[in-house]
Amino acid sequence: MSNYSEILFRPVFKENPIALQMLGICSALAVTSKLYPTLIMCVALTVTVSLSNFFISMIRNITPSNIRIIVQMTIISSLVILVDQALKAYDYETSKTLSVFVGLIITNCIVMGRAEAFAMQNPPGVSFLDGFGNGLGYSVILIILGTIRELFGTGTILEYEIFPLVQNGGWYVPNNFFLLPPVSFILIGLIIWALRAWQKDQIEEPEFKMSENSPEIIPNPPPTPSSKGST
Amino acid sequence: MKDPLRNFLDKIKPTFQGKGGLSYYFPIFDVIENLFYSSDKRTKGLTHVRDGSDIQRIMVVVWLATFPTMFAGMYNLGYQSLNAIEQLTLANTAFEKDWHWPLITFFTSLNPNSFMDCLVYGAIYFIPIYVVVFAVGIGCELIFALIRRHEVSEGAFVTTVLFALSCPPNAPLWQAALGIAVGLVIGKEIFGGTGKNFLNPALTGRAFLYFAYPASWSGDMSWVAVDGYTAATILGTAAQDGYQTLAYSWNNAFLGFIPGSIGETSTLAILVGLAILLYTKVASWRIVMGVAIGTILTSYLFNIVGSETNPMFSMPFWWHMVIGGYAFGLVFMATEPVSGSHTNAGRWVYGIVIGVMVILIRVLNPAFPEGMMLAILFGNLLAPLIDHFVVQNNIKKRLSLQNAQTQ
Repeated sequence: MSNYSEILFRPVFKENPIALQMLGICSALAVTSKLYPTLIMCVALTVTVSLSNFFISMIRNITPSNIRIIVQMTIISSLVILVDQALKAYDYETSKTLSVFVGLIITNCIVMGRAEAFAMQNPPGVSFLDGFGNGLGYSVILIILGTIRELFGTGTILEYEIFPLVQNGGWYVPNNFFLLPPVSFILIGLIIWALRAWQKDQIEEPEFKMSENSPEIIPNPPPTPSSKGST
Repeated sequence: MKDPLRNFLDKIKPTFQGKGGLSYYFPIFDVIENLFYSSDKRTKGLTHVRDGSDIQRIMVVVWLATFPTMFAGMYNLGYQSLNAIEQLTLANTAFEKDWHWPLITFFTSLNPNSFMDCLVYGAIYFIPIYVVVFAVGIGCELIFALIRRHEVSEGAFVTTVLFALSCPPNAPLWQAALGIAVGLVIGKEIFGGTGKNFLNPALTGRAFLYFAYPASWSGDMSWVAVDGYTAATILGTAAQDGYQTLAYSWNNAFLGFIPGSIGETSTLAILVGLAILLYTKVASWRIVMGVAIGTILTSYLFNIVGSETNPMFSMPFWWHMVIGGYAFGLVFMATEPVSGSHTNAGRWVYGIVIGVMVILIRVLNPAFPEGMMLAILFGNLLAPLIDHFVVQNNIKKRLSLQNAQTQ
């Protein structure tokens, strides 16, 4: 059982798709300026990635490997169309706010990445759990972003006033920077910083080391050639 | 014979070193010692460039070079505000009085023609901003120095003074504090501190505030230090109605009798700073020339193209150079050695890119009347790329030279 729970929860903090694998960043920038659409987006992506993993895994043994990407794409896009239609039917306003980003789940690297990396090698049940876990990992980051951006950008959480705004006689001056997409980059960076301070094994090896300016590390100086060309 | 301060520092130094009780706080001791005495650290090893100049000395030169524009800015701040107050009083309009007001009435007689009154009025507004920015900035730097075990760099002194000078006169102090904290932490410290930042920290903080609180950092309310008095920026008016309709002459703009951010108004005072920086070789003349060339060519291009709907097309380069943050950004921000290009050929390109971008943003972008800050940040981002191509090009040239010799 612990194996299943590890498959489910490892992607949340240990191998977070956004914070460690740097996948799915674009939607994390675009839809997180308010918390409510963020939540809808999280649900949409989690449903898509879990089900796509499940179905792709079911037919993994009969999929010819040279057209597997096309097969995967067909399944993923059918699921995304379903999600999109369901959203339009039951929550039209939010579907307008999210606009193209629901459709763009098709190209979300997390969905494709999990299908390729996990579902093609594992049975359907486990694949579903893996997809769900990755959806959770994505959702955790997005919910943090959405909460911070809505709270500091407009002083509310889920439209419920937390910081009373100056315009309404309160004390909080809304910070417009938090409503702009680039702030998600900075926030994701800070989340990664915090995550790696906590989970040290996520820190990558530095690509190069700066040399210390001390004579110890300088290799022995080559002996000065006393007579040129004697050797 | 040692002086008493040196004796005192030597006496307490062991406490901060090795197994001393306060060794964790060595960076704080280090910065205090370095404030009074030059560093006793010397490079070791085989090669050694002998030069009296170090980071500390360079930073102090930049800091001193900001003094002319600082005082000109304070005087102009007072001059603009006292004139506004005179107008408001004549028109019998009430204006809000905040905590500055008791100080102002105590120290000045509200006479816009008195040099001292204007200067004192400006100081009453500028000094609190500077003190807050300095305290928060150095605080952030100290925290990181303690945790990351690096030295407190004098770069933070320069960053704080430049940031304070780029504030609008009526900037809310808490916003200024937030801005410098973002600038120093996000713009510099998370990349490893002075020397490793790829963006200018002061501009990073300024840009954050520009987007975060547009009402107080680019709106109409902040350019004259009288609460409730609105004055559009020169660039805003020029973009709306053309520079010919401005209430200020070119001489006003050059000498610094226009509303604007504290340090950016007097082009003349900034030129004095530039002269100091160029004479001491702290600033690269190539960058300065590059920016000027880029500006002149681009604005000529727009003058020739012309436009019936956009009056900014017809603005000549000598106007571009004296209004807004152009001169201040060029002299103190674009020439910053860390975030700019490091190769001489790269410096030309880097300067020209900034010069072209600033005019492009000013003339073509309706959302941002001021383009200098964004242009320099853009240049900062490109600088490593420019350097890369210069270095590769150089390698290629020398290789072909070598091949030609061996054949």
